[in-house]
Amino acid sequence: MAARTITFREAINEAMRLEMRRDPTVILFGEDVAGGATLPHMEGENKEAWGGVLAVSTGLAPEFGRNRVLDTPISESAFIGAAVGAASTGLRPIAELMFVDFFGVCFDQIFNQGAKLRYMFGGKAQVPMVVRSMIGAGFRAAAQHSECLYSIFTHIPGLKTVVPSTPYDAKGLLSSAIRDNDPVMFFEHKLLYDTQGEVPEDNYTVPLGVADLKREGSDATIVTVGRMVHFSLQAAEKLAENGVNVEVVDLRSLSPMDGDAILNSVKKTHRLVVVDEDNPRCSVATDVVALVADQAFDYLDAPCKMITAPHTPVPFSPGLEDAYIPSVETIVSTVKSLMG
Amino acid sequence: MSLTKEKMLEAYATMKKIRLFEEKVAELFAEGKLPGFVHLYAGEEAIATGVCAHLSERDYITSTHRGHGHCIAKGVDINSMMAEVYGKVTGACKGKGGSMHIADVDKGMLGANGIVGAGGPLACGSALMAKTLGTDQVTVCFFGDGAAEQGTMHEAMNLACCWSLPVVFVCENNGYAESTPWGYHCAAKNISDRGVAYDMPGVTVDGTDFFAIYEAAEEAIGRARRGEGASLIECRGFRYYGHFEGDAMLYVTEEEKKRNRARDPIENFKKRAQERELLSAKQIAETDAKVAAIIEEAVKYAEESAWPDSKEVFTDVYVNYP
Repeated sequence: MAARTITFREAINEAMRLEMRRDPTVILFGEDVAGGATLPHMEGENKEAWGGVLAVSTGLAPEFGRNRVLDTPISESAFIGAAVGAASTGLRPIAELMFVDFFGVCFDQIFNQGAKLRYMFGGKAQVPMVVRSMIGAGFRAAAQHSECLYSIFTHIPGLKTVVPSTPYDAKGLLSSAIRDNDPVMFFEHKLLYDTQGEVPEDNYTVPLGVADLKREGSDATIVTVGRMVHFSLQAAEKLAENGVNVEVVDLRSLSPMDGDAILNSVKKTHRLVVVDEDNPRCSVATDVVALVADQAFDYLDAPCKMITAPHTPVPFSPGLEDAYIPSVETIVSTVKSLMG
Repeated sequence: MSLTKEKMLEAYATMKKIRLFEEKVAELFAEGKLPGFVHLYAGEEAIATGVCAHLSERDYITSTHRGHGHCIAKGVDINSMMAEVYGKVTGACKGKGGSMHIADVDKGMLGANGIVGAGGPLACGSALMAKTLGTDQVTVCFFGDGAAEQGTMHEAMNLACCWSLPVVFVCENNGYAESTPWGYHCAAKNISDRGVAYDMPGVTVDGTDFFAIYEAAEEAIGRARRGEGASLIECRGFRYYGHFEGDAMLYVTEEEKKRNRARDPIENFKKRAQERELLSAKQIAETDAKVAAIIEEAVKYAEESAWPDSKEVFTDVYVNYP
């Protein structure tokens, strides 16, 4: 299988493209996923004005036509709910909820409808839908376009949550998400779109619920996800220069979560630091720490530490936003503080 | 119509301020001086100006992601706006909100908003305050054609009418919800027809015609102030810039752009005001120079202002953790 270097954005585009070729029931809709629908000068060769707000779905409308790639009104409740309805009756919709912060206007359709139908109906319905949404701070996009919020979705039974960190994982995890029979929330960090990595040309899947051991080490375990995987790996390099060898576990999926990967690593290193860009309360970070406290307490040589965004909204001003995001320096100093 | 020569001059200055502010922001953004992204109001000046001409500082407005024009028309300090767009500590929100969240509650400006359609329910709230406390304050909810399709806007219009609230819903139909044309995203012929669904007056006016907007707003705001309930005004216009700066606007044809230029709200205002001898060429020239100086001063103010201290991350939030 030939691999080449492409961006995270292209990897996501490719997963959608290949799954749409493979399965005619896969459709994509969201605000401006093509753009310019019904304008006379956009017709003909199925031209598109945008291909998504950050051009992630570019070229899909021209290839699959506007019956399978649909622009929507700015009506998130209606089209996310329509994804639930379509999924439970035979399609595999991918709905793009542009920024995760917008879940606020359509949460009922996600957590009361999509997440609960299969269980509530005694297993007689399946909801094979994917909601793709952008997350993350650092884009100077201010409080209502910058949050992570994946912890909230992880809290909801019936939803799967996925947060890829590399182009390879983005493509493989999205293919899995599209083929999965449960609703999957698929979160794309906007500052990862331009990052590059090796990605096979062909279709492949990366299983949901399996963590990736990014770096082996013996002194401490960093459990992390999304953009923070890269920060953690940079910190690991710096720590190695100081003779501290950390293991870095990329969770990749938050629901289901690979508890074994976390516990096995902590049993080996005896120290845990969780690095999470989301806010700290009732979060992925607290969840991982709780798991370790509950099931590997006797293995710990030091308190578990959480490095997260503060318990505040995301500020706009660049210096403030940079201070909001967990830093490589904080990861390094926190790990060092545990080594005593 | 209650338009005096004085009010005309004031309206012209406001429209010009909005235009020059937006042109300056576009320029600064292109130079890489502004963080994040900005949504510009140029082309829609007559709407905010024609509506807010009937409001006092005590009245409220809710706004959108394209909020600079509403801020200026409602009297938010230009220096504090420019500083906010830069992210400086002297900004209207201490640099913590940015372009998409400029607010000044003291001026009755309840915030630009990053969530499409979020202003409708908020407007019902400030109007409920006025009704409950028995004041004559009015709230104007500015929203776009894109927001017209949000459930929140339908719910807000219904609630405002159920409770007979002093709200005026002003739809700024600039033809595109981001890149998606109004003819596609809206199943109805007129957004103003939604007034029928909630039993309130609904009118469509030319969003480039200050005089038409001023007149429609006078009637609707008067009605709200007299306790006669909510109204809906749809203003049909356009925006000169993209959804955000950097948008190549492939969805708008060159012909359409040319047509829009010929309908420039400020040029049309000038022409008609001069024809009726309500404004002189001298007054216009003087105003242009004055406004240009105000904008330059705002840039200087913003550039010379300090960045917020990093401790500001933790202020104005009621729980500190860990």
